[in-house]
Amino acid sequence: MALDEPLVFERGSAGRVGWDVPAAPPDPVPPLPVELRREDDLAGLPEVGELEVLRHFLRLSQWNYSAATTFYPLGSCTMKYNPIVNEEAARLPGFAALHPLVPDAMAQGALELLAALEAALAAVSGLDAVSLQPAAGAHGELLGLLLVRAYHVDRGNARRRVLIPASAHGTNPASAALCGYSVTEVPIDGRGLISARAVEAAMDDSVAALMVTNPNTLGLFEEEIVAIADVVHARGGLVYMDGANMNALMGVAKPGDMGVDVMHFNLHKTFSTPHGGGGPGAGPVAVRRTLAEYLPVPRLVRHGEAWAWSEDAPKAVGRLRSFYGNFGILVRAYAYIARLGGDGLAEATRLAVLNANYLRARLRDTYHLPYDTPSLHECVFTDRNLQDCDVHTLDIAKRLLDYGFYAPTIYFPLVVKGALMIEPTETESKETLDEFAAAMLRIAEEARTDPAHVRGAPHDTRIARLDETRAARRPILRWRPV
Amino acid sequence: MEFPEDLRYTKDHEWLRLEGNDGIIGITDFAQDALGDVVFVELPAVGAVLTRGQAFGVVESNKTVSDLFAPVSGRVTAVNQALRDEPEQVNRDPYGAGWMIRISIASREEVDGLLDAAAYEASVASEQAK
Amino acid sequence: MSGYCPHTPADVAAMLAAVGARSIDDLFAPIPAPLRARATIDLPSGTTEPELRARLEALAARNTATDAAVFLGAGAYPHQIPAVVDHVLRRSEFATAYTPYQPEVSQGTLQTIFEFQTFTAILLGLEVANASMYDGASAAAEAVLMARRVLPGRRTVWLSRALHPQYRATIATYLQGLPDALVREIPFGPDGRTDVAALRGGAGDDALCVVVGYPNVFGVVDALADAAAAAHDVGALAISVTTEPLALALVRSPGAAGADIAVAEGQSFGLPPSYGGPGVGLFATHERYVRAMPGRVVGETVDARGRRGFVLTLATREQHIRRERATSNICTNQGLCTLGVAAYLSLLGRRGLARLADTNYRAAHAVAQRLAAVGAPPVFDAPFFNEFVVQAPAAAAQWAALAGEGLVPGYPLGRWYRELDGALLVCVTESHTPAQVERLVTTLANLARPVRAARA
Repeated sequence: MALDEPLVFERGSAGRVGWDVPAAPPDPVPPLPVELRREDDLAGLPEVGELEVLRHFLRLSQWNYSAATTFYPLGSCTMKYNPIVNEEAARLPGFAALHPLVPDAMAQGALELLAALEAALAAVSGLDAVSLQPAAGAHGELLGLLLVRAYHVDRGNARRRVLIPASAHGTNPASAALCGYSVTEVPIDGRGLISARAVEAAMDDSVAALMVTNPNTLGLFEEEIVAIADVVHARGGLVYMDGANMNALMGVAKPGDMGVDVMHFNLHKTFSTPHGGGGPGAGPVAVRRTLAEYLPVPRLVRHGEAWAWSEDAPKAVGRLRSFYGNFGILVRAYAYIARLGGDGLAEATRLAVLNANYLRARLRDTYHLPYDTPSLHECVFTDRNLQDCDVHTLDIAKRLLDYGFYAPTIYFPLVVKGALMIEPTETESKETLDEFAAAMLRIAEEARTDPAHVRGAPHDTRIARLDETRAARRPILRWRPV
Repeated sequence: MEFPEDLRYTKDHEWLRLEGNDGIIGITDFAQDALGDVVFVELPAVGAVLTRGQAFGVVESNKTVSDLFAPVSGRVTAVNQALRDEPEQVNRDPYGAGWMIRISIASREEVDGLLDAAAYEASVASEQAK
Repeated sequence: MSGYCPHTPADVAAMLAAVGARSIDDLFAPIPAPLRARATIDLPSGTTEPELRARLEALAARNTATDAAVFLGAGAYPHQIPAVVDHVLRRSEFATAYTPYQPEVSQGTLQTIFEFQTFTAILLGLEVANASMYDGASAAAEAVLMARRVLPGRRTVWLSRALHPQYRATIATYLQGLPDALVREIPFGPDGRTDVAALRGGAGDDALCVVVGYPNVFGVVDALADAAAAAHDVGALAISVTTEPLALALVRSPGAAGADIAVAEGQSFGLPPSYGGPGVGLFATHERYVRAMPGRVVGETVDARGRRGFVLTLATREQHIRRERATSNICTNQGLCTLGVAAYLSLLGRRGLARLADTNYRAAHAVAQRLAAVGAPPVFDAPFFNEFVVQAPAAAAQWAALAGEGLVPGYPLGRWYRELDGALLVCVTESHTPAQVERLVTTLANLARPVRAARA
């Protein structure tokens, strides 16, 4: 069903309401002074009935491809299955209706869950202490760099610079800038990796930290990571790891053992919490013991048999948000980890890497691989082999939509021209991977026999290619009454 | 791809047209083609003082953003306000209606340091070969 | 345990053959052996779905607040949530979609965000809104960072002390890495509102912005118009922060009151309190500032066949393109939470929202009057919405014990404001039953009786 559906503001009729509001108590009360009252009678808000609202959103839902309905091989996003039972968990009234400021004695179930999740993330990372506060990966990065800064300030010198590989995600330099650091890029070599030698050339006493993603954004394990960490530590710097690609490492290598001092996780990637069309996520941070005193408040502490929140942390960097974190998301991640156990997490990594390597093998004879280096849980191709047909990465992505697949990540990482990054994750079957590979091979065929058709894709979706230039030149960012 | 003979150029794809002691500045045909559809141009205020090589503004397309670098030093005497509503002029007519700023030039020697059309065209060719 | 992986041994064998590897272990060859040797994750084994459910239900059951009468607001608000909202949020097509980078197959997500932006702009009374921020507190911090971009060169941030302390702390955390930022506090007066005279006395031409809670942490409808005028008189921006956005259906919109940037916590609109998260940050500002605005934004356009559609736009402000010069580092919005807000506000709509705000206002004022009559008088006399502060020292002192008996009579403000020790911040909404209200009033009445009378 792909029926047209207007904006909710374009529906309804004056006076209609979709919810029966309880009546107010009859006690006479002083009215709000006139000068403080709403000025526009809420003009513009819709007036629609309950069924209209339900129908509106159900129709809109059918216009989405989603990980539950469609293979979603977005590199670096880890679109694995979001277990339905976790949705039940988060909705248990004991969790959902719990107000964050109740006395700790009334929230022991929640606090125990959070403590268990902290311990699990410490176990996976090989680090010592965890904060569950950040609301997203980028938020976790911000916290990570604030911790780095606090560590250095405490030692008398905030330092000025952060080293970031050329292949890094854009949030890395953005987060660094938010903490007052300037960014120095570390080049990647012909194999797609950073070397201890390159880091040493850039490293000095003005560098607060190296930010590294491992495996990197090309899906390649930074083989020299231990040596690199030594180089950074030797000059008093810290190593921050962007944990977006943890799905390749669980049970295989621990960031704590690599020399990482601080890292963030993306629970909405590695730990199966749903992406929700852009959020909510959660970006917990794990640190080595030396940084624990700087973690934000409040902290979860044990008093005998009970858990409690404590603000007693004089060196804490402060807080990054209201209350404790995206608790509803943390419940889902806890449920996932409890369901899989340590063994299950390791198996997830093994099969994620198998799936990605399988697709790499199926596609490498047709699509150009910029780096021969073995990759882990994702692989990066380019459009170079189709360039003489004047068919580009964007066209391939749009044509895949016609085949009923969501496109891989495109044009990222920036270091690869025309990048096509594919991450299948471990929850996809071999048949799905075969269907995807067949579609990719067919598109390469089509690029030769009928390139215009590929360039005009998508053809079979409800909406054809959209004019993004027009949207940016003449921004219309809201509905207005006519 | 156009490289008008009467203009001077920088390696960073800005052009300069001399009018007396003033310079009109914009970005080249090659630059607008590489950027794609320009959606926004951020320009300095009239009166701003620029140093050669310094970033004086930003040009945005859908997928990327690029700094604009001053080819010579000087003071901004006019800014093309039409680009606020019609940034596409940069794509359509990069050397004419797509002009960006006019400056009063501080040092004629710096003008001599700019590339002529042939040298710029050669620089573009060698960049593309990489 | 399947761990949700569908692989059979035959699948694995066939795939290894295609890859040319003998075992999955071979695929990890690039990883140094010493790292691999220590990598075992020390966690208990996995479990089945029924066992998992039992474990989670046991944990949830240990949160004893479910059966209690809880009169807490202070940044998270208990409201009735229509069943349709959760039904929409359970749709996998919404819940498991990614950020809508391929707009042709994400029109569901994109249109609902566009609707959310419209709701936000209308309620906050400003022209443009973004696709949301993580929560109200981080939205407030991002508003201050945005002010720095709009007015470069100005450094002093004036924060009302009546702004929620967690919000003030978040703003301070965000500013700590920026060497030139300066934070000054504006006191509040005996009526519970920001002391704008003190602001006028202190703010000069290095003032960057004035940040006021509206309503503020005491539930008081703060003097936003006065504070905004004072800010504008020194060339600074006015930022309003709303933790209970239902108030905006009753009170003058922040934009109309003079705010240049308005933020709010959207949890009241269809999201359960959920122990403090996820929430959703609403963010709106003037159209002329749109390029300085952080976060995602969805715009309207047309497709190749001329049909209306929606896309992420103005992306060049964002981290993946601007990198270190981005307006922020934020890479997501609150996605599904914005959908919940859009669904809730659609159901309530113009009439329902106004009625609900009126019910909350009346319910809270009725309880405040009853509490005043039994010896728990109001601390502030400025107008309030659905939260208010009462003097109840015995109740505040016995707060934990009362919880054990199933009553949380509000939040003991002495924890946040030492001079308000003995005061309780009480929130009353449409979710509180008459029986719960009776319990609250009776308990506070008993505790307020003089000790001599109690002994007699």
